[in-house]
Amino acid sequence: MTDERPDPDVDEMVPQAPRKRLTRRELEKRRMLLRSVGAGVTLLGLSFVGYFPILKQLFERLRPPGAIAEDDFLAACIKCGQCVQVCPVQAIKLADGDEGYGLGVPYIDARQQACDFSCDAVQCVLACPTGALTHDISKKEEVHMGIARLARPDACLAMKGQGFKGLARGDLFQGLLRYEDIDRWNPIRVADHPYDVELCDLCVRECPITGAISLAPVSGDPGDKRRMPVVHEACVGCGACEMICPVEPAAIVIDPKVHKERLA
Amino acid sequence: MKWFLHSLGMMFGAAARKPDEGELTDAARSMMKFKKLPEQVKDRKAKIAHEHEFPVVSNKWRNRRWASIVILNLLFVVSYWFDVQLVEGALTASRFFGFHMADAFSAAQVMLAFKDVMLNLVIGTTTVIVAWWLVGGRAFCSWICPYHLLAEWAEMLHLKLARLGLAKDHVFHRGLRTVLWGLFLALAFLTGYTIYEYINPVGIVSRALIYGPTIAVFWVLFLLGVEVFYSRRFWCRYICPMGLTYGITGAASPVQVEYNLEICLHEGECRKVCMVPHVLEVTKMGYASDTFEYIGADCTRCGMCVDACPQGALKFKVRGLDSVI
Repeated sequence: MTDERPDPDVDEMVPQAPRKRLTRRELEKRRMLLRSVGAGVTLLGLSFVGYFPILKQLFERLRPPGAIAEDDFLAACIKCGQCVQVCPVQAIKLADGDEGYGLGVPYIDARQQACDFSCDAVQCVLACPTGALTHDISKKEEVHMGIARLARPDACLAMKGQGFKGLARGDLFQGLLRYEDIDRWNPIRVADHPYDVELCDLCVRECPITGAISLAPVSGDPGDKRRMPVVHEACVGCGACEMICPVEPAAIVIDPKVHKERLA
Repeated sequence: MKWFLHSLGMMFGAAARKPDEGELTDAARSMMKFKKLPEQVKDRKAKIAHEHEFPVVSNKWRNRRWASIVILNLLFVVSYWFDVQLVEGALTASRFFGFHMADAFSAAQVMLAFKDVMLNLVIGTTTVIVAWWLVGGRAFCSWICPYHLLAEWAEMLHLKLARLGLAKDHVFHRGLRTVLWGLFLALAFLTGYTIYEYINPVGIVSRALIYGPTIAVFWVLFLLGVEVFYSRRFWCRYICPMGLTYGITGAASPVQVEYNLEICLHEGECRKVCMVPHVLEVTKMGYASDTFEYIGADCTRCGMCVDACPQGALKFKVRGLDSVI
């Protein structure tokens, strides 16, 4: 825009004036304005594409500890990834463009790498500059990311009365877990920690929260070895049970808080 | 003052204009008159012809700038991958040795969408605004923004294609950026989502560099394609609301590119290389209001014009530094 000519449209609005032939310069300018409006509308339209996965509820992500209610979380998160950087087990990932306005927003894929509270003091919450991970919580017991649920009781080894021997997730599994009796300070690879248990209780054994999950008898018969994992109020939804569950797919899964909010 | 407001207005989309009688200083008026003397015109033509015969190519500022963009973005990457904790986060928000920094436009969206004023963001934004006011506002664009570097390469390709007649530059109205700036802020408030962040190539590229590539990068590649084949520097010139925010930040910055009317030959080499050439309209004959003039708020302080000017009529200047020293 270098010239200050009257808008050609104004001329046209004068009723009696014969339709003036526009000079090339005026035509150029008109095209330029139309192009600009077109570009603006297109960009706005494209930015609204991000609504689609949200409205369709295509993703129900497990959010990091301290995440506020999902819609507020998407608004308050500044998409910087500082939470990703501080997590000692790299449980936190940033969502991609297919998640609409969730682009760049952190989530946890518990089956791949659960939040095992190796950091003790919820580092991600401290790292968050916006309070999207609320600073109201300061210890793991106060976290509420979701809740564990025995989704496939038929697959559960304890429900079948079976033990487990070997590597929970195979030797290629990259996931880390802090085994307090081995190293209080450093999480190790799950693939470096073989199990040999008479009755599979891995979900209970590796739960970082006291009193969140226990095994209960399935019948009154004392000879019945079968046990059922029962999730209690104290469960914070960290996903350690989902990660360690040795059957494929996992018998126990986390229902993210998002899920519960939507049901409510 | 009126002339300064005009330069601000240009950032929001107003067209460049000649200064009117009241805005023109006597020195500028008499210098312009002198420059229009026939022998002066002839002299200028001879000088320009000589320049074209013996062109001097300098990439001094460009090289410094590219180094700056690469190094500063590497700092982010290295901080994460080698856990040295210099600058944690991405360009939308970060911690620099533990100090909060937040991009003003991203922070504004978050606060409007969330409808709350977060103290950390206020601190971070203030730090960023003060820092970038000091070094020149849109200097962010040309000295840090990773998209800028990609766009610069796309621009080189575009110019090459244009020379071969394979691409043509399509101009847009610069007011578009101002309109989108307002709309994206309003939409953040109305929808409760940070709508703009969904298409923000700066955030996407910054995160992709630090946390690994994503499919969102294809959007950035598409934008670069638009810049190569359709419109030179489309995003940075006509769209980027972050750029406008930094422009406002640095409107009265101490770091400026200063134009020297006396030695300018008005040949327009600077406007050919400039990413925001409207700021250099002042170098056209009759457009300067004074013999020395700062070239405007929208300037990214990239130094391309400083490199390009064969006469040295455009120079970096730190306001107030002369009087301090």
